[in-house]
Amino acid sequence: MTASLEEEIGRWRSYLHRRQAIQPVDVAELEDHLREQIAGLTRAGLSADEAFLVAVKRMGELDALSREFAREHSERLWKQLVASSPDGSEPQRDSAMAFALAALAALLIKVPALFGLRLDADTGFYARNLSLFVLPVLTGYFVWKRRLDLRAFGWFAAAFVVAAVAVNLYPLATGGSTELLTALHLPVALWLLVGMAYAGRRWNEVGGRMDFIRFSGELFIYYVLIALGGAVLVASMALVFQVVGIDIGPFFVSWLLPCGAAGAVVIGSWLVESKQSVIENMAPVLARLFTPLFAAVLIAFLATLLWTGRGIAIERNALLAFDVLLVMVLGLLLYSTSARDPRAPAGAFDVVQVVLVVSALLADAFALWSVAERITEFGFSPNRLAVLGLNVVLLVNLAWSAVLYAGFLRGKASFGRLERWQTDYLPVYALWAAVVVVVLPPLFGFA
Amino acid sequence: MEINKDLVAASSTPIVLAILAEGDSYGYAILERVRQLSGGRLTWTDGMLYPVLHRLERLGLVEARWEVAESGRRRKYYRITSQGQAQLADERRQWEAVDATLRGVWQALSGPQPQGAGA
Repeated sequence: MTASLEEEIGRWRSYLHRRQAIQPVDVAELEDHLREQIAGLTRAGLSADEAFLVAVKRMGELDALSREFAREHSERLWKQLVASSPDGSEPQRDSAMAFALAALAALLIKVPALFGLRLDADTGFYARNLSLFVLPVLTGYFVWKRRLDLRAFGWFAAAFVVAAVAVNLYPLATGGSTELLTALHLPVALWLLVGMAYAGRRWNEVGGRMDFIRFSGELFIYYVLIALGGAVLVASMALVFQVVGIDIGPFFVSWLLPCGAAGAVVIGSWLVESKQSVIENMAPVLARLFTPLFAAVLIAFLATLLWTGRGIAIERNALLAFDVLLVMVLGLLLYSTSARDPRAPAGAFDVVQVVLVVSALLADAFALWSVAERITEFGFSPNRLAVLGLNVVLLVNLAWSAVLYAGFLRGKASFGRLERWQTDYLPVYALWAAVVVVVLPPLFGFA
Repeated sequence: MEINKDLVAASSTPIVLAILAEGDSYGYAILERVRQLSGGRLTWTDGMLYPVLHRLERLGLVEARWEVAESGRRRKYYRITSQGQAQLADERRQWEAVDATLRGVWQALSGPQPQGAGA
């Protein structure tokens, strides 16, 4: 066989390989057929080129063939997550490590119980420290996985120790608002450490941080799914044991829920890591689905505001609702950008995106305006300061994003600048969360 | 003469099973045998044979194994299973019934009342 014939066959083979429904073993089988056919035709007197053409023609149209294969092997069109691939020991070591660390996290959360601290009685302690049981283990997993050096490991350990000491030294009033704020903000601040371990040496690159954003979104979705599965498991367990007269309530509250919730963080992260190239990312799909809907809701809200001339009824917690709104909008923006090809030209979806962000900013501006008028009347409390601060942090992020995005739409700036701004801004959130945890409590007398 | 697609599809299972009942074989040789048996009248698009073989394999009617052929290439051979033999016997009864019916009709058409066009 001549070299050019081999080349032709190689090209034909690569066409087949691109078809999802036709797997490598099938390609080998079909190639054997093709070669046999070519050999038969050459024996009959055709030249190699002619034989190749006839053989390919007889094999049939690739599209039709691929459709037939897909009909027979429909499961191949659904990408399967094979957690432990047969070749190579790396994934297996990875899964072993992930399960060991999940077990460690599950155990850690029960350690305080040894010292008589109970989940239902000492809520204050658990509320403050919850993230400190889980996130260091998760960080450790990524330090191991990214093969970071001992110095990095030391830094992370030191950071977690400092956080633990700071949170536990403060005499936060039980059930007070600073305690609640600490419980809410500490995980956000510590999540940055997870991100730095996740991105490893790529933390200072846009790509590394973008990957971390993608990871966070997928982990959230996986965590919700695992939680749903866990709920089904617990419900069936309760039903089954009820038959024999055993109430699993106490066991559930003191063991299953805390250990499962802690372990699931590590398992979820491991799943996200091992499936990232196998399965479509879900967060961008949801973002694409909901961006137009959110934009429509916001525009309707603004129109109502203008039409009725009704001011925003400012209650004490009105701004919190707008914080939540801005977080949603930011999430939609982040996950849409995370899945977008930066080189693609601006399209209709980009316009919707800008409309969404601008209308959210306008709505928030209304809310801030009404708050500013009456802020002295209400006075400052830790809650109000935290909510206001978060609002400002979000507002700055979204406002400049809108400016950059509009620039991109008008063809003045590249999409890369928007990405860069988003990823550069990430530490600001952690910083603000750290401020709330460290500065606010003494400011308000740990109330 | 072009044989209708549905007929080709319906007859593919008994034909492949019957050829494999003659002895173990592989894709290209099965197609050659089909060509030879039908005198070239029954032609399949070559590639389409493989999804059929895979379906039979999934149903447990044939089993496959990889061997190194005399050409040095790896080749997938198929062998009929006992379940396949049973299926073939069943298909055979069905096709014989269809065949007998059609023969009867053809004979009736060309036999005792030749008042038609050919008479």
